[in-house]
Amino acid sequence: MRRRAATNSFLSLEFWSNMAELHQLTLVETLDALARGDCSAEDVARRYLERIAATDSAIGAFLELDPEQVLADARAADAKRRRGEGGRLLGAPIAMKDVLNVKGASCTCGSKILRGYRAPYDATAVARLRAEGAVIMGRLNMDEFAMGSSNENSAYHPVRNPYDLSKVPGGSSGGSAASVAADQIAASLGTDTGGSIRQPASFCGCVGVKPSYGRVSRYGLTAFASSLDQIGPLTKDVADAALLTEILSGFDPADSTSVPAPAPELRANRDQGLAGMTLGLPREYFQGGMDPEVEQRVREAVEVCRSLGAEIMEISLPHTEYAIATYYIIATAEASANLARFDGVRYGARQPGADPIAMYEATRSAGFGNEVKRRIILGTYVLSSGYYDAYYLRAQKVRALIRRDFDQAFQHCQAILTPATPSAAFGFGEKTGDPLQMYLSDIYTVTTNLAGICGMSLPCGFTAGNLPVGLQILGPAFREEHIFRVAYAYEQATRWRAKRPPLAVAEAGRAAS
Amino acid sequence: MIASIGLEVHVQLKTRTKMFCGCPNQFGVEPNRLVCPVCLGYPGALPVMNAEAIRLTVMTGMLLGCRINLTNKFDRKNYFYPDQAKNYQISQYDQPLCLGGQLEITLKDRVKTVRITRIHLEEDVAKNTHFADGSGIDFNRAGTPLMEIVTEPDMDNEDEAFAFLTALKQVLAYGGISDCNLEQGNIRCDINVSVRPTRESPLGSKVEIKNMNTFRGAHRALAHEIHRQIREVQRGTVIPQETRRWDDDAGVTSSMRSKEYAHDYRYFPEPDLLPVSLTQEQVDGWRAMLPEMPAARRERMVREYGIPEYDAGVLAADRAVADFFEQAARQCGKGKAVSNWMMTEMLRLLAEVDGDIGNARITPTALAELVNLVDAKTINQPAAKEVFALLFASGGDPKAIVQEKGLAQVSDSSALQGLVDQVVAENARSVEDYRKGKEAALQFLIGQVMKLSRGKANPQVARELLVATIGAP
Repeated sequence: MRRRAATNSFLSLEFWSNMAELHQLTLVETLDALARGDCSAEDVARRYLERIAATDSAIGAFLELDPEQVLADARAADAKRRRGEGGRLLGAPIAMKDVLNVKGASCTCGSKILRGYRAPYDATAVARLRAEGAVIMGRLNMDEFAMGSSNENSAYHPVRNPYDLSKVPGGSSGGSAASVAADQIAASLGTDTGGSIRQPASFCGCVGVKPSYGRVSRYGLTAFASSLDQIGPLTKDVADAALLTEILSGFDPADSTSVPAPAPELRANRDQGLAGMTLGLPREYFQGGMDPEVEQRVREAVEVCRSLGAEIMEISLPHTEYAIATYYIIATAEASANLARFDGVRYGARQPGADPIAMYEATRSAGFGNEVKRRIILGTYVLSSGYYDAYYLRAQKVRALIRRDFDQAFQHCQAILTPATPSAAFGFGEKTGDPLQMYLSDIYTVTTNLAGICGMSLPCGFTAGNLPVGLQILGPAFREEHIFRVAYAYEQATRWRAKRPPLAVAEAGRAAS
Repeated sequence: MIASIGLEVHVQLKTRTKMFCGCPNQFGVEPNRLVCPVCLGYPGALPVMNAEAIRLTVMTGMLLGCRINLTNKFDRKNYFYPDQAKNYQISQYDQPLCLGGQLEITLKDRVKTVRITRIHLEEDVAKNTHFADGSGIDFNRAGTPLMEIVTEPDMDNEDEAFAFLTALKQVLAYGGISDCNLEQGNIRCDINVSVRPTRESPLGSKVEIKNMNTFRGAHRALAHEIHRQIREVQRGTVIPQETRRWDDDAGVTSSMRSKEYAHDYRYFPEPDLLPVSLTQEQVDGWRAMLPEMPAARRERMVREYGIPEYDAGVLAADRAVADFFEQAARQCGKGKAVSNWMMTEMLRLLAEVDGDIGNARITPTALAELVNLVDAKTINQPAAKEVFALLFASGGDPKAIVQEKGLAQVSDSSALQGLVDQVVAENARSVEDYRKGKEAALQFLIGQVMKLSRGKANPQVARELLVATIGAP
C-alpha cells in the first residue's frame, strides 16, 4: 500500500493484491490512502466486510452488520470527496459497541431484553463521527449492559481473543477490542465504567482510551453507571486514538455532565519525548496479586520510559484497597435505577403478565442474564432504607478519598504508570464460577472511573504464551495530553504492533494469494 | 376530637417546554405526540434542566415567604409503575428549592396562617387510560414540570383546607406560576389527615388520601374522612397509618395500602444532573419581578381610585380582572364609574363564561370610552347597558356601536317637546295626580316619554320639559 499509489484500474492484479492489505492499515493510514486516492471508501468498506465474513465465525465480535447500508454510506463518502467536501474521518469505517444508539440500528446492549428495539436517534458520539464523514459499521458484541470482564455475559454469543481463540477478549467492550485486534475494522468505540475499554484493549493488544469523566458526551450511551461511564476509542495505534479522542471530546448541551472545555490537542504531543516529565509508580499497584510475566513487561516498559528521559518516582494511592468495594456499591446502585426502564412497556421484548407488575417480573426475569440480575439486586440492596448510610453514603465518602489520592499524587507527577490488568487474557469459564475473582480483574482500572481522571491501555509486550500485555497510563482529569505524550513516545520506541495476531496474518495471506 | 390536616399540593408549571427535554408543555394534544427519547425513557437519553421551571418555583417560594436554597439538588425516586417512563422519577429529596414559609387564609370570622414546610420540583408522570380490553398510556404529560408544595398539619377542618387551596390558587395565578386550570389537572393534591383528643395530645396516625383533583372533592373527602376517623376512635378502634383513596361517586374513602406496604423509594442523588447552584444576584433579580399580591393591590386600589374596600377586594381577587380594571380606570380617569361597571355588568356576564375575563371580547379601552360616553351624556344608562352587552359579546368600538344602533341620547328639548305633549295629552289622569302632589306620577310620565323615544330621551331633559308643560304642583 505504502509502496506507491495504486492509480491503476480495477482489473489489474496489482490493485487487488494491494486491496488485501487495506484492512491492515491503521485509521490514520486509511485516511491518508483515501486522501491520496489510492483507494475509495467503498474499497475500504468492501475489504472490511470481506474480512469480517472470513473471520467473524471464529471471533464473534459482531452482533449486527448491514452490508448494504455500509456500502451506501461508503459511496456517499466517496461522492462527498469528489465534490470536495469532507471531514477528518471521511470514508473511514468505525464500529460501535452495542450500547451506543445509532439511528435505525439495533442496540441490544448484549441483552435479550432489548431484542427488537431499534434506536430512534444517534448518540452524540456517533453523530460527531458521522459529522466528520465516518462510515458507521456494525454493532459490536459486549457483556450484557456492559457488566463483565470477559464478554462471557453476552446474551448472544462469546467473543474470542484473536491472539488465542481459547482465551477471552476481556470485557465489557470485548467485541470492540477483538474486532480492532483482528483487523475487522479500522477502529471502534467502546465504553468504560470500571475498565471496560482498557482491560479488553490490554487482553487484545490494542490501544484503548478512557477519557476524563465529562470529556465525551454520554448522550445516547445506554447507561450502566451514570457517574462512571465514559465513551472512548479502541484503535490499532496511539495516533488513531488521539484523532478519535479529539473528535469525540467537547461539551454537549444534551449531557449536563459533559464539561464545557475545549477539545484537547493530542497530536501536537507526538514528538515531544519524555524529557522533563515525571511518571509515578503507585506502590499499592505492585504489591502482589499480579502475574509475574505481566509485572515484568510493565517494569520493562517503565525502563523504556526512563530511557526516553522520564523521571520515575514511587507514589502512593493509599485508598486503593477499598476501590473494588466502593465501585461495586456505586456502580450497582446507579445500575439498579438505570436498568429499571427495561420493563417491556415501551420497547424491547415483552413477556405477558396478568397485571403490570406481573408483566414486569416476567419480562425482566426472562430478559436479563444472571450477572445483570446480581448487580440489580446488589444495587437495590445498598440503596434500601436502613442500608443507604452504611453502604451508598459511605462509598461516596471513600470515592472522595480515592479522588483525593490522585489529586495529591498528581502534584508530584504528570502521569502514572501501572499494569492495565493483573494477568493476560484468561480462558473461557475460568472465572465465571466466582464473581469476585472476575471483579478483581478490574482492580487496576476502577480507580480511574471513581476519580473521574483519564486513562489508557497500550500494548507493552507479550507473555511467553504470546498473549498481549497492557501498560496503563493515567493522567489528571482533563489532561489527556499527558497520557498521549507518554503513549506516543513509548509506542515509537517499541512498535509492538508489528507483532500481529496469527489470525490476522492467516486471512490476509489467503486473500492476497 | 380535633383533626389535623396537612396538604401536598402538586402544581403544573406554566413553562414552554417540559422539565428535562425540549418537548412542548401543552394540554389537549393527541396522545403521544409531544414525546422524545428523553421523556419516553429511551436507552441513552439524558435529562437537561429547564431553567424556567427553577425560576417559577423560586418565585413561588418568594410569594409564600420561603427561604430559597441557593444550592439544591435532584434525586431519583425509584418505583415501578407504567406511567413512569424510567421507573424512577426525578425529584428533590433532602435539598429542595424552598424551605419554610406561610400562607394566610381568610375564614368566615378570622384570618389564619398555615405554615409551608417545603417546595420542591419534580417531573410529572404519564396519564394511564383503562379500556375494556387493555390500557393506554399517554406520555404527553410525562416529564412536564411539577411543583410540590407541602404544608404543616395546620388546618383543623375541611373548610380551612378548602380556604388554603383557594388562597394558594390565587397566589399561583397571580404570580403567573401556573394556569391553575383544575379541569386540566393543573392543581392536584394529596391530603394527610389525623385526629386526636385535644390540641395538647400528640398527632394521631396519619392517613393519606391520594390524588384529589378538585377542591370540592378535597372538601367532601375530608368531611367524610374526619367523621370516619372520629367515629372509629370513639368506637375504640386504633386508626392505622395507611393510604386511602377517595371514591367521589360513592362519597367514601377506602384503604389502598397499609404502612407495611409503603414504598421504599430508595432515593439517591441523580447522577445525570449537576447540583443546582443559584446566585444571590439571580434570585434578587427574580424578586424584583414579583407581581403585587392581592391584599396589597386591594389597598392600593382603594387609595388610588377611591373605590369601596369591598369592590377593591372583589376586583383584586383575580389578577386579569384587576389588570382590566386598572387599565380602564387609568384611561378614563373615572375609577368609581369603571368599578361600578365591573362589579355589576361585567361580573354578571363573566359568570356566564366560566369567570375568565380572557373569554370576554370587551377591551379596557372600550370600557373607558363607554364610561366617557355616559359621562358626556351622549348615551343614557339603559343604552349604555345595551352597548356593554354588545361589546362583551363581540368587541368593537363603543362610539361606532352607538352610531350604528342609533342609541345616542336625545337631549334637545325641541326634539323631545312633541313627545312630552303627546304623553301629557294621553295621560290626563297621571297629569292630574301629579298636580295634586303625587311625585310618583311624574316618574310614570317620564317613563312614558322614554318609552316613546325608544329609550333615547335624556331623562333629565324629559323631566324638565314635563314639569314646564304641566306646571308645578
